[in-house]
Amino acid sequence: MVLHLTEIERAWATDDASAGRAMAMRIVTRAAEFLGAENLIKITSAHIDSCLYHGDGGVYFAEKLVEGGAGIMVPATLNAGALDLGNPGVIAADAHYRDMARRQMDAYLVLGCQPTWTCAPYQAGHRPALGAQVAWGESNAIAFVNSVLGARSERYGDFLDICCAVTGCAPDVGLHRTENRRARLVLDVSDLSPALCRLDAFYPVLGAILGREAGDLVGVITGLPSDISEDRLKALGAAAASTGAVGLFHVAGVTPEAATVSDALQGHEPEATINVTVEMVRAARDGLGAGIGDQLDCIALGSPHFSEPETRELARLAADETFRVPVYVCTGRHVIDAIAADGLKEILEARGVIFVIDTCVVVTPILKDISGVLMTNSGKFAHYAKPNTGYTPVFGSLADCVKSAVVGHVVREEAIWA
Amino acid sequence: MGLTLQAEAIIDGAAAGPVLRLAEPISFWGGVDPLSGKIIQPTHPDCGVSIAGKVLVLPGTIGSSSSSAIMLELIREGMAPAAIILSKADAILALGAVVAGELELPMLPVLRCDIDAFETGQWAEIAEGGIIRLGEAD
Repeated sequence: MVLHLTEIERAWATDDASAGRAMAMRIVTRAAEFLGAENLIKITSAHIDSCLYHGDGGVYFAEKLVEGGAGIMVPATLNAGALDLGNPGVIAADAHYRDMARRQMDAYLVLGCQPTWTCAPYQAGHRPALGAQVAWGESNAIAFVNSVLGARSERYGDFLDICCAVTGCAPDVGLHRTENRRARLVLDVSDLSPALCRLDAFYPVLGAILGREAGDLVGVITGLPSDISEDRLKALGAAAASTGAVGLFHVAGVTPEAATVSDALQGHEPEATINVTVEMVRAARDGLGAGIGDQLDCIALGSPHFSEPETRELARLAADETFRVPVYVCTGRHVIDAIAADGLKEILEARGVIFVIDTCVVVTPILKDISGVLMTNSGKFAHYAKPNTGYTPVFGSLADCVKSAVVGHVVREEAIWA
Repeated sequence: MGLTLQAEAIIDGAAAGPVLRLAEPISFWGGVDPLSGKIIQPTHPDCGVSIAGKVLVLPGTIGSSSSSAIMLELIREGMAPAAIILSKADAILALGAVVAGELELPMLPVLRCDIDAFETGQWAEIAEGGIIRLGEAD
């Protein structure tokens, strides 16, 4: 495959007068070459994961774009960073870390990106239309924008996302193309009980199964209720994108490219069909985290960032109780502004909630100790808790998390998983 | 007797080192510590093993798009693999190496080929043009 560039694209890659854009163009074209693209396509928006500090290299890269005079050509939102900008003391890190993380976040603002600082930009107003070509980073956001909104993004890694935003174009490969959006795997959940399919905690578990079974194949799930909330699809996609390389999934009768299973398969036969059993569901749930006895040190919620309805549901479940362990709720400014306005933020804080804003507990050091047991309703938190925080995860529903926080040890409703 | 393979050079270059073939796919973010080069994902069968200086053979990559950034940090810290052999093209890791090149740091070869012939412990020499010479396993 030979990559054909337009004259403008070729000129940009060597334009010394705009060194930042030239570097971005070279990176986009290198990526296009090794992905086997024949050309670049225009994009209409980007979501940038590159703003999160992983080490000094990411800071120098962003500052090199800025020094080279680069700016974004399409609207771009920013993913969670490594700092809670309004409450820097919540991050347990040294001055170098804080300084470099801040420099990195600032560089992306200079490039023109919006200070959304959330891994759920699709719940903060950034919702590309069905069929729109976009370049998104952050695995859960990629899964959501493709699957739930039906926009088209390949799985963009750090650096490439911002280079696409700076050049306004992306390699024409993968999930940008209709034929690659076809489901090849069918996951049939019809044998599971309707009660299980109505449980919030079922969705991250199903996502974990999808990620393991699908790897990087597109799958279509059939047998789910047609009224699944957006937050459940968000949880499903986040777990699938953590345990596998899932950038797109379909849910028959629910997601926009899957009115039917046959539509999702684009009329082809599936390469495999998996009937999901309750045994598989239980095993996947335990795989997300079974904890250590009933030990509990903290609760972590909000990966992806908690939405306003999820936060209100937490408050409803908590009722008048006070939590015995810290309950970290990771979310964005789009939610905090809404719940601060009607006093809910203050009420939850009085119960023992610690809001983590602009960032989250698995991407930057926030938790007090380096080990313990962390309970979560998030498949993504469960997957990354141990390597990123040292905490042993235990997975449960939001109601389980609230009950456990109130009594100070892990309690889980087991009957529904039988 | 060694074996010579022709791979597709995603990032061309020469390198040599012992083969480390991972038993399962891995996400570098959350899976590899950029300061030590060690695999830190507790559920990974190769947890605790260092990828630094190895000819790292990957049966696929999964998970976070932040893995490019971990790749760049591994290169900056001198803890990167000597080369990466992928069973399937993936933009995420190679991008980290491309960005290292733009920042005037050393790049490493990233190749794509069938990985059936690779076993942990073999010595691998990679020449420009995607040529891999595989020695016997220890």
